[in-house]
Amino acid sequence: MGETHSLEDRFQAFVEAENKVEPKHWMPDGYRKTLVRQISQHAHSEVVGMLPEANWITRAPSLRAKLILLAKVQDEAGHGLYLYSAAETLGTSRDQMIDDLLSGKAKYSSIFNYPTLTWADMGAVGWLVDGAAIANQVMLCRTSYGPYSRAMVRICKEESFHQRQGYEIMMTLAKGSPEQKAMAQDALNRWWWPSVMMFGPSDDNSPNSTQSMKWRIKRKSNDELRQEYIDKTVAQAEFIGLSIPDPELKWNEETGHYDFGEIDWTEFFQVIAGNGPCNSERLAARQKAHNEGAWVRDAATAYAAKQSARQSNPSKQTHAA
Amino acid sequence: MSQGSQQWPLWEVFVRSKNGLAHKHSGSLHAPDAEMALKNARDVYTRRSEGVSIWVIPSEAITASSPDEKDPLFAPSDDKVYRHPTFYDIPDEVGHM
Repeated sequence: MGETHSLEDRFQAFVEAENKVEPKHWMPDGYRKTLVRQISQHAHSEVVGMLPEANWITRAPSLRAKLILLAKVQDEAGHGLYLYSAAETLGTSRDQMIDDLLSGKAKYSSIFNYPTLTWADMGAVGWLVDGAAIANQVMLCRTSYGPYSRAMVRICKEESFHQRQGYEIMMTLAKGSPEQKAMAQDALNRWWWPSVMMFGPSDDNSPNSTQSMKWRIKRKSNDELRQEYIDKTVAQAEFIGLSIPDPELKWNEETGHYDFGEIDWTEFFQVIAGNGPCNSERLAARQKAHNEGAWVRDAATAYAAKQSARQSNPSKQTHAA
Repeated sequence: MSQGSQQWPLWEVFVRSKNGLAHKHSGSLHAPDAEMALKNARDVYTRRSEGVSIWVIPSEAITASSPDEKDPLFAPSDDKVYRHPTFYDIPDEVGHM
């Protein structure tokens, strides 16, 4: 008794006891800031992530494939919305987040700055990119911030079909003609390393990770998640007769994990810095969509204002026409 | 509210049953203001520790979909089986996906 605990100490004990933090709880400024940055980046990634796949909607090889791809892109839009709403519970505004994305101030996952060159890329994106995203998101279902955690549970439930449809595309191509199999292999070659980089810098080079783990925002380190992803994915590639483009990839009997080659972090940081193959194209597409949608938003606002004016002053209604 | 009636407004009550879960609709009650609604909701809906947090919302603030429009509203998702993971045949050998 008589001991005084700072708010920070109490908060730390609260999250360590596996309690969920809710919008009305006291939280350290750094916790709030970290979450706003992480959740809004996550939301932006869902939204920008629609672009590489939208590229193939009109050229999908069958009506079935087209319906599936449409459904998937539609899901990504929904996931972006869940996440923006979760970020708004922390006191940031939707407009501010959108402005930050459109001005280039906010980041989104680097993976979406790579181009989708062939139909096989729709397979590789679903299998590898969504596979990596799912690994991260399954972990985030247990994040300490309640609204983020609940959004993640909903997203993970919906996301499962994304990876399966991607793998199905790869499986079909790998079983097809030699040209089709080569196309699948080429997509794997191009998407492997970028997907491995999706987990972020290695632990010894990821300064914010330690604090995030301490606050239970993250539950596993970048390297842990990356290793799990690689261990899982190698067998999936082997099963369809494709080879992972890493000559140093080798099963390590002792550790029970795959050893893998050096990651090209120069490339990773170059893409983050805005020098990836599609950075400016992606941002331009978002800006264009936002600007060209302005009249729809304006019209909806004007209509709502007119309706509420009529309701509050019905006598004027007849004169309005 | 009928003219001259002193009936208090209706509030919808949402209760978070457990740490980490979302608030879920429990029922409604009448109360003169938000604060009283919250206190009454505590007594009416959480007498056996059913909750860790309560929301009260004026019933009139809720816009609900019309039961008559149920079909046109929800039918479009009925024929989109490809939105479900089970639509895809993935061999067991590759592990959970």
